[in-house]
Amino acid sequence: MRDWQTLQGDLSDHGYVASDDLAMALHIAMALGRPLLLEGAAGVGKTEVARTLAAVEDTQLIRLQCYEGLDAAQAIYEWNYQRQLLAIRAASEDGQTGAAVEKRIFSEEFLLERPLLKAIRQPKAPVLLIDEIDRADEEFEAYLLEILSDFQVTVPELGTITAVTRPIVILTSNGTRDLSDALRRRCIYAHVDYPDRATELAILAKRHPGIEARLAGQIVGFVQSIRKEELEKTPGVAEMLDFAAALSGLGINDLSDDPQVLQATLATLLKTQADRAAVPPEVAARLAGRAA
Amino acid sequence: MSKVTRFAARDPGLAPRVSGFMDHLRAHGFRLGVNETGAALRALEHVRAADPAEARLALKAVCTGSADEIERFDALFDAYWMNEGRVRQKAAPSAGPKKHTRSTREDREGRSSGQGRAEQPEGGRGRGETEAEGTGKLVASELRNLMKKDLRELVSPEDVRQAEQVARRLGQALRDRRSRRRRAAAKGAQVDFRRTIRHSLSTGGEPMRLSRRARPDRPMRIVALCDVSGSMTLYARPFLAFLSGLMRADSASDAYLFHTRMVRITEALRDDDPLRALNRITLLADGFGGGSKIGANLDQFARTYARNFVDGRSVVVILSDGYDSDAPELIDAALRRLKRRGCRVIWLNPLKGWAGYQPVARGMAAALPHLDLFAAANTLEDLAALETELERL
Repeated sequence: MRDWQTLQGDLSDHGYVASDDLAMALHIAMALGRPLLLEGAAGVGKTEVARTLAAVEDTQLIRLQCYEGLDAAQAIYEWNYQRQLLAIRAASEDGQTGAAVEKRIFSEEFLLERPLLKAIRQPKAPVLLIDEIDRADEEFEAYLLEILSDFQVTVPELGTITAVTRPIVILTSNGTRDLSDALRRRCIYAHVDYPDRATELAILAKRHPGIEARLAGQIVGFVQSIRKEELEKTPGVAEMLDFAAALSGLGINDLSDDPQVLQATLATLLKTQADRAAVPPEVAARLAGRAA
Repeated sequence: MSKVTRFAARDPGLAPRVSGFMDHLRAHGFRLGVNETGAALRALEHVRAADPAEARLALKAVCTGSADEIERFDALFDAYWMNEGRVRQKAAPSAGPKKHTRSTREDREGRSSGQGRAEQPEGGRGRGETEAEGTGKLVASELRNLMKKDLRELVSPEDVRQAEQVARRLGQALRDRRSRRRRAAAKGAQVDFRRTIRHSLSTGGEPMRLSRRARPDRPMRIVALCDVSGSMTLYARPFLAFLSGLMRADSASDAYLFHTRMVRITEALRDDDPLRALNRITLLADGFGGGSKIGANLDQFARTYARNFVDGRSVVVILSDGYDSDAPELIDAALRRLKRRGCRVIWLNPLKGWAGYQPVARGMAAALPHLDLFAAANTLEDLAALETELERL
């Protein structure tokens, strides 16, 4: 088992700059075989952790996007009804008996794996990303607890399917509702915050190595100060990267060069009408001037 | 690990120290079980435990469970392992002999009620006490129990019976229609393939009978908070009747009274004898008719009871006129916190029934943006009339 600094280094090699807290939490979660719960505002790179970890581990990423009303049929398994119907038809023409048909249509062949079942049946432990768990309802949370502690799924027609390998489980939450204590207790916890200036510079350098240092410094400075404004939706790291990509795509060398272009590229950072109104050209110019 | 074992001669070793640390965290409101102690020990095996920075990060990952706890963790860690942060030695656990650490911890616990009261449940209690002794008395002497009323005079058994019916109807109106999961139902909108195919086997694969699934309605839990401060005394009668009716009609509901303090009256109101129930809350609601601290009480509620009793399927009904002696920001923050639990918040204000009423009371104005329904309610009839509005929620 490598130590957490190696893990941090590996993540960084794959383009993800993780804070000490996060790298340690990830290390502990993997060492203890516990799920990791990542909480933080939207756009701070929670989902990206899982994606990068899968790349570091050279394994598959299995993602389950949660939403209200998510149920077993979409999260765990479902029978392939159309095929079952066809098989029954074919069997009756061949004159097979009911018991044999039943045994056949409720076999592996007709089982559709959904993310959770798929995750526990991989020969190599995958990274299982359960995204935005706070959007799923409480029943699902309770069911998830069961899977996360036993790593087995019971299909009434087939029996219990036990995990071949234990997936590395990462749950993310935007904090739109509080999660149950039971779930929190089962998980190793890390809070992902907006990165500080140095970290954000490192992220930008990793993702867009082509941007020269001075402009990178301006971009990060600008985004960091725009986060301090009263906004409905604070831009995250992903928005910052889009912003940087837009600027470099337009061939801008200095933020304060062209206020018009700057204002246009703000579309990548500010995603609501109210926020656009809150940062008129003068404010943007002031922020850009300060960042420079 | 060598650094950790070095002090074992004078000390019971790592495990008791870590469990001592867990106790320390528990004493400060962290919810940790035996399981976490084991996890913490195992986590330390996977890092260089002798390095305080690593041990801190590792224990932080295991022991915390929310952003709030992460914020407080460092100070608590310093207090226990780093001798209050005064002595920063290389090997954290060897910072001092056992006796020393223990005294630090006691020290720390002693001070905690003074230091961290804004955040901690015990702190909350501590604050409650000061109110009872300090501010509470002040209020009481100012208002001098203007209306030292007995709740029994206010509410008659007939009222309770009538209220029970109203409460039952409201409870039914408040079905949670948001369920998006489906359950087998005779008349459902969607075909239940799983059952249909299973049944079709008996008819040679011909799906003769279609099984169906529908979204079930789910009941909401009603959590009622009733303001019984001086300004509300006039309206206390219907509200209390409503509360006791509600408690009888719906076993999942929950009720609280507040004025300067908050009391949970659920158990008392469930007493078999309606009159005795009122008797019991009269005893509980000591200070009835005094001043009101809506913000502080709501905040306390959101931090304590709400954690256990309020979830996405709760409707929090606040019965109050919104005249608060606390800062309006407190109401705003408390409701924000409460809403984060996913519940819906209904505020029933008796004054809203008045012609030309504007929610100008600062507390009320602060609360408005968080409310799912803001309605008038003076009498039981008004409450009954809410049925249609609640259905729409």
